Amino acid sequence: ESADPQRAAFLLRKAWTLYSVTPLYRLQRGRLREYARLLGAFIAAEKQKGLAVEVGVELDIKVALSSLADLRGSELDQAALLVQLSSRSRASSRSSEDKLVWSGWFCSMFGDDLSENMPEDFTSLPLFLSHGPESYMSLVGSWFQKTFDCCFRRLAISPQNLSWMVAMWAGCKLERAASAVELVFSVPRLSQPLDISYAIHPEDAKALWDTVQKTPGEITQEEVDVFMDCLYAHFHRHFKIHLSATKLVKVSTAVASAHCDGIVKILQSQYLPGVLMLLTELAISQIQ
Amino acid sequence: HLATSLPLPSERDHRRPRIDLVVFMIDIKSKYSLKNVETSLAHVDASFFLGKVCFLVTGVGRVNACSIETNAICKLGDAYCSTVLFCELELEGIRVATAQRLLRMLQICAGHIPGVSALSFVSLMRNSGDA
Repeated sequence: ESADPQRAAFLLRKAWTLYSVTPLYRLQRGRLREYARLLGAFIAAEKQKGLAVEVGVELDIKVALSSLADLRGSELDQAALLVQLSSRSRASSRSSEDKLVWSGWFCSMFGDDLSENMPEDFTSLPLFLSHGPESYMSLVGSWFQKTFDCCFRRLAISPQNLSWMVAMWAGCKLERAASAVELVFSVPRLSQPLDISYAIHPEDAKALWDTVQKTPGEITQEEVDVFMDCLYAHFHRHFKIHLSATKLVKVSTAVASAHCDGIVKILQSQYLPGVLMLLTELAISQIQ
Repeated sequence: HLATSLPLPSERDHRRPRIDLVVFMIDIKSKYSLKNVETSLAHVDASFFLGKVCFLVTGVGRVNACSIETNAICKLGDAYCSTVLFCELELEGIRVATAQRLLRMLQICAGHIPGVSALSFVSLMRNSGDA
């Protein structure tokens, strides 16, 4: 079930900051226009108060809310909800185009664990992705929190989860020549910060994963551990450094990249549902 | 006595006092520390595993820095019939409480507590601990 490539295009190749969101109370899909108006008014009011968002040119922020019906996993999932903030400079003429300054979207991809036992008035959209200035994120976040009694929390990704991601994504089959699989490690307890970047040829990484994975379509913790241990052992053989004693902070593959601070970039629409499903799972475990 | 790995250097064997308790420290942020402990375990005499070995897992306060699966550590504890303690050294209260627990275990292992042997104590811990 892949999302319509046209619609999903806006998701790709952007760095999204991840949040987990608790269920929203009394979110009504029919009232999106009204919500957009209210959010717009809220942002304008906050700017009046002097909480300057952008210094300099006076900007009017226009809010657009839309439902993305095809961006969901199972029937139990709610359709994704997209929030877009555009600006039009007051100085420019009416015919000038609006410029998109911030976007964020709520999503649930196979989030059945949470949506299964959801009471009537609640909407389960546990994953939130934002792209754009943090100042807009906090405005949008506080409006949603106040209006729908939900809670946003930054979603961090542990080294363990990053290992899952790199093992899964390195094993994905891609038609065109893929970019290298890269892992970035941060070395702890040094007076000056040191990062180690380990790049692997994508075909080698996939070949390694193929020898480790026993059942196609299924991944176990043991398989991920073996995969990572092989990479660590190879590195140790050449450089005499134990990567297993450092902290894995970022993984990059041709499918997607992820950073421990909860920032992801999705590069292939083909594997979009898989990536979103994993992120939804992480968001749900942070909520529970 | 602190050591980064086992076996202990043999030069000091004749001057070493009796060892009552071995505490293996595993940092949940470092897979390497788990591997190190696993290799060191091979150098411990079997008689120690009758209650004189304990695994201490540190760094559990930071869920987002976790590099080792908790399950794997519990399985290790089961495999070696030894207690597994979890703690966060960065929090003073927990640090102090953990030190007190270890001290208590040491007293039992050294035979200073009448009526409680190391073996009976570890059986007690394992039967009640895993809920």
